[in-house]
Amino acid sequence: MSKVNLIIGREYWTRVKTKTFLLTTFLAPIAIALFYAVLIFLMTRGSDKTKNIAIIDNAGLAKNIEMEKNNLVFDLSNQSLDQLKDKYKAGEIDGIIELPPLDSAQSKYDIIYHADKTLAIDETSAIEKMFRKPIRNYKMQAFGFEQSQLDKIDTDIELSPQTVNETEKELSSITSLVSSGVGFAVGTLLFLVIMIFGTQVMRGVNEEKLNRIVEVLISSVKPIQLMLGKVIGIGLVGLTQFGIWAILGTIISVSALAFFGLDAGMVDPAANEMAAEAMSNPEVQSKMADVLKELSSINWGLIIPLYLVYFLLGYMMYASIFAAVGAAAGDDVNEAQALTTVVMVPLAAAFYIAISAAQSPDSTLAVWSSIIPITAPVVMPVRLASGPPAWQILLSVALCALFVLFMIWLASRIYRVGIMMYGKKASFKELGKWIAYRD
Amino acid sequence: MNILSLRNVVKRYEKHTAVNDVTFDIPKGKIFGMLGPNGAGKTSLIRMITSITKADQGEILIDGEPLNALHPMQIGYLPEERGLYKKMKVGEQLLYLARLKGLTQKDARGRLNAWLDKFEITDWWNKKVGELSKGMQQKVQFIACVVHDPKLMILDEPFSGLDPINTNLIKDEIYEMNKNGTSIIFSTHRMEQVEQICEEIVLMNQGRVVLEGNVKEIKNNFRDDKFELEFDGQFPSDMLGDSFEILKDDAISCVIQAKEGHDSNDLLRGLMDKNIKINSFKEVLPSLNDIFIKKVGESNE
Repeated sequence: MSKVNLIIGREYWTRVKTKTFLLTTFLAPIAIALFYAVLIFLMTRGSDKTKNIAIIDNAGLAKNIEMEKNNLVFDLSNQSLDQLKDKYKAGEIDGIIELPPLDSAQSKYDIIYHADKTLAIDETSAIEKMFRKPIRNYKMQAFGFEQSQLDKIDTDIELSPQTVNETEKELSSITSLVSSGVGFAVGTLLFLVIMIFGTQVMRGVNEEKLNRIVEVLISSVKPIQLMLGKVIGIGLVGLTQFGIWAILGTIISVSALAFFGLDAGMVDPAANEMAAEAMSNPEVQSKMADVLKELSSINWGLIIPLYLVYFLLGYMMYASIFAAVGAAAGDDVNEAQALTTVVMVPLAAAFYIAISAAQSPDSTLAVWSSIIPITAPVVMPVRLASGPPAWQILLSVALCALFVLFMIWLASRIYRVGIMMYGKKASFKELGKWIAYRD
Repeated sequence: MNILSLRNVVKRYEKHTAVNDVTFDIPKGKIFGMLGPNGAGKTSLIRMITSITKADQGEILIDGEPLNALHPMQIGYLPEERGLYKKMKVGEQLLYLARLKGLTQKDARGRLNAWLDKFEITDWWNKKVGELSKGMQQKVQFIACVVHDPKLMILDEPFSGLDPINTNLIKDEIYEMNKNGTSIIFSTHRMEQVEQICEEIVLMNQGRVVLEGNVKEIKNNFRDDKFELEFDGQFPSDMLGDSFEILKDDAISCVIQAKEGHDSNDLLRGLMDKNIKINSFKEVLPSLNDIFIKKVGESNE
């Protein structure tokens, strides 16, 4: 066992001590955070320059509109179009909106924008949106609705689930939404981790084979020790990386919240105002509270260890197969690619099923593919947040564990022959024979 | 006492038998040559001795004991196909390989320092292997193979790719280790190296042993009455024909083949009778290469 530890140690430290690892581990989350910060900044700022826009209102729609929208500043003008055009030419205003007379029978209404430069897409849609409600109200009133009737015409519709059995946990309209969101995130993560670190295992094994160091190693340790050492070592690298990402992610998001919550005012008063407005809106507030309540009602104490279990099972399952592929493939890139595809197909299938399982966690497809080992490590974690029956989880974990043992055995059979087989093309027939070889 | 004994060892692969009923002994403390053309079964045999593969039949004894899990730690193996991790530093890599052979960190470190000192390459410790030339990498590999002080060393084509200076350096190390009691198996198809280095050999072809024994004895057994002479004047033509044949004749010397029923005495007597002055005379023993070609040719028939 101590030799496996030595191998694990080498695989781990030679990777963790590289510059690439440090860069991806510490800079990637910062880069992502920066990316989002810039994105949010741009979105809240909209276009950079303030635009002064005069409105000629021939329809009586502009009475109650906001006179400032993002970077657009409106001015309800009494001047004629020609006068305004002169002002435009003099550079005093950036554009003129002309609202033609409106007839309640009209199903299309053209607002004319006079300027030599078109507006940005978000500006255009902001203006269109701005007039939607006044037009609607105008038409309603023309049809004879009272203002009090108008206020009551919009209805919020929500489907509220109610449990039949009293023992079941309380459901709310967003239970499935939250659990599918969590499930989707976890499923994607597992898929990515298995793929990224699985292919690292493959490349590592293939490197050892191609540069022939394996002959030296194999005279000191058994092939299966070498294979397990590599698989476990790289798995630990993955855990380390994700551990650091989780910690950094928490720090970044907590500090971002603090930053936006406390200091956003200094950055951008408008954005802060909007956020404050949204937060003070009782509807939004109650939704947020619901989401938080749902998140806290999920049994994390049970689910997080299960995520880890599935990560380990899924990783071991696929990484050992990737190891076998790395051992079987020669220096021919096409050969390695063809073999990789065979591994990637079930993994990709698992990912697609996981996406659909996030939306309908109790469909027949989702249930069975969360029990069948080859897809289970990606699909079952997706379903966990929505609370599948215990027997399904137990069955799935048990089958996966057995399958992992089988896969390690199978992979080590291929590995031990493949790793020392140079120049022979690894067809599937050939691989079959390797499995059957005696030592 | 034999360091290694093979008893009726058989290794079969799918379509062919790589090692077919091989039996021989390697005495302790010797440099033993294992010869054979490519595909003779040398590497298959070595892989069984180093526990990389298992024999299908037969027995392998190391120092009198059947092969067990501890034996690989007492064997140093320099494979023909060899390599190192390019991105790892020399020191780290050697430490790792030494520890895989069961040395403790401290012990390994001490021995490695001694070896690097010996090869005058202490400043390589922090160099990446990829930065070293091929010959330099071979030295590192050699150290990896000997650092755990094995009692049996197996060298598979150890000089391939080495320049003459490094060849001599490694050769000297091999002699020295042998002097200190390490038994060495030297596997190659380069005959001239074997003649210089090995006391005993086994010659393999197509999975079987076709010849074994002491190099000198083998050469004596294969003597074929060839003589090299230096003399003044012409070789008497009446001695040719049924009795002798000139194989080579140049300004300096001449090689004569004695035919069936004639020997060196007949040759010398004949020349002396003709009053030819002989300056030098020696028997030409066949080279291992000749024997090898002859034996392999025979066994292929």
